[in-house]
Amino acid sequence: MSVMEKFKRAFFTENPVTVMLLGLCPTLAVTSSAENGIGMGLATTFVLVMSNLVISIFKNVIPARVRIPSFIVVIATFVTIVDMGLQATLYDLHKTLGLFIPLIVVNCLILGRAEAFASKNTIGQSLLDGVANGLGFTFALFILGGIREILGSGAFLGMPIIPGDWRTILLFVLAPGAFITLGFMLVGMNKISERLEGTKS
Amino acid sequence: MDASKQLLVMDSSPQGRVTESTSKIMNTVSLTLIPALAVSVWVFGWDAVRVLALTSVFCVGFEWLLSKWVSYKIDYMDGSALLTGILLAMNLPSSSPWWLILIGSLVAIGLGKQVFGGLGQNIFNPVLVSRTFLIISFPVELSLWPKPFAYDGSTGATPLGVLKTEGVGALSGTSIGDLAMGQMGGSVGEISALTLLLGAAYLIYKQYIAWEVPALFIGTVFVFTGIFYLIDPTTYADPVFHMFTGGLFIGALYMATDMVTSPLTKKGRIVFGIGCGFFTAVIRLFGSYPEGVSFAIVLMNGFVPLLDKYLPDKKFGMVKNG
Repeated sequence: MSVMEKFKRAFFTENPVTVMLLGLCPTLAVTSSAENGIGMGLATTFVLVMSNLVISIFKNVIPARVRIPSFIVVIATFVTIVDMGLQATLYDLHKTLGLFIPLIVVNCLILGRAEAFASKNTIGQSLLDGVANGLGFTFALFILGGIREILGSGAFLGMPIIPGDWRTILLFVLAPGAFITLGFMLVGMNKISERLEGTKS
Repeated sequence: MDASKQLLVMDSSPQGRVTESTSKIMNTVSLTLIPALAVSVWVFGWDAVRVLALTSVFCVGFEWLLSKWVSYKIDYMDGSALLTGILLAMNLPSSSPWWLILIGSLVAIGLGKQVFGGLGQNIFNPVLVSRTFLIISFPVELSLWPKPFAYDGSTGATPLGVLKTEGVGALSGTSIGDLAMGQMGGSVGEISALTLLLGAAYLIYKQYIAWEVPALFIGTVFVFTGIFYLIDPTTYADPVFHMFTGGLFIGALYMATDMVTSPLTKKGRIVFGIGCGFFTAVIRLFGSYPEGVSFAIVLMNGFVPLLDKYLPDKKFGMVKNG
């Protein structure tokens, strides 16, 4: 599979969020703004790439019976690194994302790629897989966070884009807004991938 | 052969002719709302008419727009969109700005109904989806209720709002008779319990709505708030006050009985009515919102498929333990 094809798959036809519906907990919880979406997405991408790398290196050493705990230990290590790194460099973002950074450990996307891909493929392929899926995840979170920020706060990436005396729809910043927006996003993405594949149902 | 030109139609029984149709039912329900709307116009003036006109036009308009867009057929003139519009107006304050009504109508028709596949497919009552959406999104606009007979635009809290913020002592001046007639602040259509009862009585007589849901809904609120009133009358308002304030009557009579989103079976309707009443009372007494009718109904709407499945009606001709 070529690099381009791989990315197209991770972004559209097999996007972790909008098609496989993996990692919905951080997807719904932290995407109240586009910035949070990017932050969460990139933190997850880092963990995903590094865990894919390490697991593909040690895939022949890890006994099959204890592979899941082993994967989790590897993932948890990188999550701790991200957690501490963000706390040291981007403290505000770290405060906003809060508990959801440690919770990257239980993001099924990461364990899913480790189990389904990295433990069976070469180092290069696993790295590419991690980058593509991580960026696909980030992309979905960015769109979701962007829509919610525009509707709910009247801003995009922190910049106000509507006149000051207009009211914003508070619901989109809150939890129900996340579900509603994600629902419409799934519809939109399904339409786009139908177009891309040229199959119209 | 063209079906309309067939002279002899062979069909299986039953062959009785029914004069009921969706649009007939919808229009009848709309007509029974006229007395309650008349009281609203009397209490709130022309603003009530403005809200009603805008919701009706916007709701039918969005239904028409969506009928151009979706792949299935929408009959936008069958009266259901108009009824949604009328009921939405009755659930909003008469001071609602036009953009609030526009968003509310879009949510009711789009998110409340057509997202699920149109009339008959929706899980939640479209009007209440819209109302809860607006309460959460625009808390300021939906806590400014025009005062009754104050046609100058001055606003105040509803009786339930006063109860929530200032306690039961601040309510000493309100008379139950005024509340039952509708002389209080509130949404356009929720204020007059008696005229709503009048309209709904006709619908019950026509068997368009089942009596179990409103009776048990209102009864449960009455009993539940009554227990707390008996325990401590200085903290909790009396049950008659709870019965006639807020949206209990419009909720119980017109919202909870919506054909699409209420249970099909008698046992299901009993559980549904009690559940609505219970959650309403709990939110009113202990929640952070003064009024809980719309939240309670939307919550119980979610249980309806479950109730339909696990509380079926007894079928004729079935053998026990067969």
